[in-house]
Amino acid sequence: MSKYLYYPGCSMEGSGKAYHNSLMPVCEKIGLELQEIDDWNCCGATEYLGINKIPAYALIGRNLALAEAQSNGAQDIVAPCSACYLNLTKIDSYMAKKNGVDELINDALSAGGLSYEPGQLGIHHLLDLIVYEIGLDTVKEKVVRPLTGLRVAPYIGCMAPRYDYAKRWSDSEHPLELDWLLGALGAEVVDYPLKTHCCGGHMPQIGPDTAYELIHRLVDYAEEVKTDIMVAVCPMCQMNIDAYQNETNQHLGTKHKMPIVFFTQLMGLAFGMRERDLGFGSELVSAKEAIQKIGSEVPKKKRKKKDKFALPMPHPLGNGILKNGTNGKELILPTEGRARGGRA
Amino acid sequence: MNTPKERIGVYICHCGTNISAVVDVEDVAQWAANKLEHKGVVIARDHKFMCSSLGQELVENDIKELGLTRVVVAACSPHLHEKTFRTACERAGLNPYLCELVSIREQVSWVHSDKVVATQKSKAIVSSGVERLIYHEALEQLSVPINPATLVVGGGIAGIQATLELADAGSPVYLVEREPSIGGHMAQFDKTFPTLDCSACILTPKMVDVGIHPNITLLTWAEVEQVNGYVGNFDVTVRQKARKVITDLCTGCGICIEKCPKNVLDDIYEVGMNYRKAVYTPFPQAVPNYPVMDLDNCIYFDTGKCKACEKFCPTNAIDFEQEDEMLKFQVGNIILATGFDLFDARKMSNYGYGRLENVFNSLEFERMCNASGPTEGEIVLRDGVTTPKAVGIIHCVGSRDKSHNAYCSSICCMQSLKFAHLVEERTGAHVYNFYIDIRTPGKGYDEFYNRIVEEGTHFVRGKVAEVTNAARQPDEKKKLIIQVEDTLIGKQRRIPVDMVILSAGLEPRHDAKEVAKLFGISCSADGWYIEKHPKLDPVATMTDGVYIAGCVQGPKDIPASIAQGAAAAARVQGKIQQGEMLMEPIRASIIEEQCSGCRICNDLCPYNAILYHDATMTSEINAALCQGCGTCIAACPAGAVIGTSYSNEQVLAQIEGLLMDVSV
Amino acid sequence: MTEKSNFEPTIIGFTCNWCSYRAADLAGIARIQYPANIRLVRLMCSGRLDPTFVLKAFAEGADGVMITGCHPGECHYLEQNYKALRRYLLLRRTLVAMGIEAERLHLAWASAAEGIQLAREITEMVERVRVLGPLNWHLNGDQVQITHDATAELEVVA
Repeated sequence: MSKYLYYPGCSMEGSGKAYHNSLMPVCEKIGLELQEIDDWNCCGATEYLGINKIPAYALIGRNLALAEAQSNGAQDIVAPCSACYLNLTKIDSYMAKKNGVDELINDALSAGGLSYEPGQLGIHHLLDLIVYEIGLDTVKEKVVRPLTGLRVAPYIGCMAPRYDYAKRWSDSEHPLELDWLLGALGAEVVDYPLKTHCCGGHMPQIGPDTAYELIHRLVDYAEEVKTDIMVAVCPMCQMNIDAYQNETNQHLGTKHKMPIVFFTQLMGLAFGMRERDLGFGSELVSAKEAIQKIGSEVPKKKRKKKDKFALPMPHPLGNGILKNGTNGKELILPTEGRARGGRA
Repeated sequence: MNTPKERIGVYICHCGTNISAVVDVEDVAQWAANKLEHKGVVIARDHKFMCSSLGQELVENDIKELGLTRVVVAACSPHLHEKTFRTACERAGLNPYLCELVSIREQVSWVHSDKVVATQKSKAIVSSGVERLIYHEALEQLSVPINPATLVVGGGIAGIQATLELADAGSPVYLVEREPSIGGHMAQFDKTFPTLDCSACILTPKMVDVGIHPNITLLTWAEVEQVNGYVGNFDVTVRQKARKVITDLCTGCGICIEKCPKNVLDDIYEVGMNYRKAVYTPFPQAVPNYPVMDLDNCIYFDTGKCKACEKFCPTNAIDFEQEDEMLKFQVGNIILATGFDLFDARKMSNYGYGRLENVFNSLEFERMCNASGPTEGEIVLRDGVTTPKAVGIIHCVGSRDKSHNAYCSSICCMQSLKFAHLVEERTGAHVYNFYIDIRTPGKGYDEFYNRIVEEGTHFVRGKVAEVTNAARQPDEKKKLIIQVEDTLIGKQRRIPVDMVILSAGLEPRHDAKEVAKLFGISCSADGWYIEKHPKLDPVATMTDGVYIAGCVQGPKDIPASIAQGAAAAARVQGKIQQGEMLMEPIRASIIEEQCSGCRICNDLCPYNAILYHDATMTSEINAALCQGCGTCIAACPAGAVIGTSYSNEQVLAQIEGLLMDVSV
Repeated sequence: MTEKSNFEPTIIGFTCNWCSYRAADLAGIARIQYPANIRLVRLMCSGRLDPTFVLKAFAEGADGVMITGCHPGECHYLEQNYKALRRYLLLRRTLVAMGIEAERLHLAWASAAEGIQLAREITEMVERVRVLGPLNWHLNGDQVQITHDATAELEVVA
């Protein structure tokens, strides 16, 4: 059982409840013990940083300081929300530069009797923790109901891999960790080139036209490649695409009906857990039709015969990149370490 | 106070305003004349340009008229003009080693701005020069014989040119190439800009010349393992990898290649675009034309069965038992021309190379254009049959980008223009060039650019954000969409194309650092090899006898690579003709009477230059092997090891001078 | 506090002819500004650094000494910078025994391409020594005299 400090973030108590409810049993199953940080506070999301920097930094720093103080034995912290994860890694990296920002933050923290020494904690997103620390082999072992035949679009969003302060991802523009994980669950992973494109963030509140356009692009392409269900790793992404899809339809005259759930919900299904224990049913665009496909026999698709004129593709970079260009069906799972963009 | 025994002249340079803008040079000169008089300074002057002939004459006249016995010049770095002033002293009859150049430009005026502080520091530096100079000795340069043979590493166009120049001048050359054939990147290209000459047509004759030249020993499929010794006399060890083909018997008929049943993806010459056999020559015009066996892919070495090549070879030239061979020889000089690697475009994943099938890198496209390439020169999509109707060429991929390489790769603009022309000519497709700036500064290059503009290629100024297959509009379906901010109209554009060519930048070889270490030279922060002087000495390095040519020094095109190859050869040939070389007399020696025979120094010397004599129980330094690092001098507990130019007395006096109170 | 911040330390820097001296030249060519408190001595190699040189600098009034050389593995004379490293580590211990703060002696690697890095090292060194304050070894306590003629002789005159 690996023990980690758990920073849930505010969404997990509200819009991301399905995420919270599903990740708890899933983490237990794969041997992740989560110890919630005592007295944590809001990370400030994306807005506060734009208003007043130092208080915003200190708000995040406080969570790091609390985590450091409570980290007896468990040195790493995990955040399931991409915005929380980004903020934590960002402030840790800003403080590590030792250019005075660290002192300002620690000055502010000292009012509450706290302080934080950057670099003390490993900071993880739940997804990278599962892929790299638990390992896809462990995940595969637990699968009792493979998601065979379910066409999933891995939508990782922008905040987890961009900017990659903690150096956790195979590629910040086109990370494949979610593809690998869903592949390990037996799902049919579509090639989803918009995987790190923006969901609109808080634009539904301040500039709905922009948000609708962004949501439309994401969903439209997912439908284009015949996706059954989109998969998110961030409560904000999930909420925007789920909750604002109807408004997007009204605004743009489209007829999108694309369900989106959290990756932990699909992990739970593959592990044989009951739907209602995993927060299914709370989504606004129903996932019912999509998850009905699981378990049903899908005839195996014939492999496309290699055209005799076809030119070979370049070798994949490092471990585990899509094997066959665009068809996106064959995945090589990473065997060791992580796929880093090193020199070939 | 004792009367000083030396008569010292001090000269302070203005360097135009380079020094005098920050340092009060008149004040420094006056101060030196007054405050350093007791050290023997008899004259202190300042001059606008000390390195000019007038400045040098000033020194020469003072030596003759005032009977100077020592000269201190405070000006630029000794790496720039030490030789100038030493030569001037020599002309006036003073031993050149009695002259000291101290730097108040690179170390003062260019890095400080406070005039008071800078002037004070300059005084301290002048004083340190004077103090140190008192202990200088008159020295003679050491002479080393030059071995007339030269080692050229790398058989690309720069190495080929250097080799041929030297061989034609009558000097023996060893050309070592890691691949089975010489030719380098140029052998992969189809056309060369701006003349659109066929690359093979101009390269092949040179390759053939190398192959048959009596003065050239061509070692392909070989790598330099070890280099010892110094300029004039390097000992080189080369590993000749086992070809498994006896070159004396092989006629190059190619039957073994024909009969080999194993197809292997060729990652080097064909950049993964085509297949070769397990026994192969990389291309038909290869020099030498003997095949090599790829042991990783040979069926016999894998399963123990096959030997088809051996069965069919008409001259019994296949030898499965052949082993790697170590060749040892001596050379006087070395030219490194190991070239470049292409930037791995997969690192810019937003351009989709390696993921989107119709995104090609520049070398892949070169191979595709080449008449002997995988498509026999036809420009088609990855499916091998479809002709593209619209093609996007993205410049500066991995270059001029802080996330990857900050430098300009210098060839990509012209290469992209050439691609645009070839696409236009062979397919009639619409061509879009996405550029940040167009840089065409070579002879005939801008004319070529104008020609391509007139041919109707579209130029979009902006750094491409993304190449994607995610269509938004019906006309984008099944296309690659290039998302870019067109900075000339200030708008975001999405341009659908069928094919994208990434003009990937040039990078130092992946093993450039290890190779640099092997030859004792240094790399810049980018990884290119550092020349001795960026303007005045672009092909020499800091290590005497080691020269660089071509892209190993920085990205450059074919004409520039050839010019550098020839320049390096000329430098080497000059040395060979001198027959011997003069070296700085910086050496250590041991005073036998003071040596206690403790042997501490023996193990410190990396050149094994210190010998211990059992009979006298003392150590002795072999001056021919000593390189003058001075580690033994610093380590000798008895002070028995002494060194020229950097003696204890000189350094200690210099420290005293630097810490002299200059405020009064 | 005010007294300390007005204090301008004098630092002696030992450079290697092949790397750090050229890095200093490069800093000049690139016009990278750094404090004028440093004064450089050129040696052929950091391996030439006799520990006496460092003591001499302190004895003559330097407040800090910087030793610079090629990066490990990049020595022009193959491996002599490792010998400089040994001497540096030993010297730091010796200095402490002599009552000199170890921070007054600093070792930095700088290749010929690292003008910016060398300038930064110098700036940081000056600030470190500024905080430590003046050493005044040549004024306070025992008079230390390091002579020119005998190398490692250290005469302590009471």
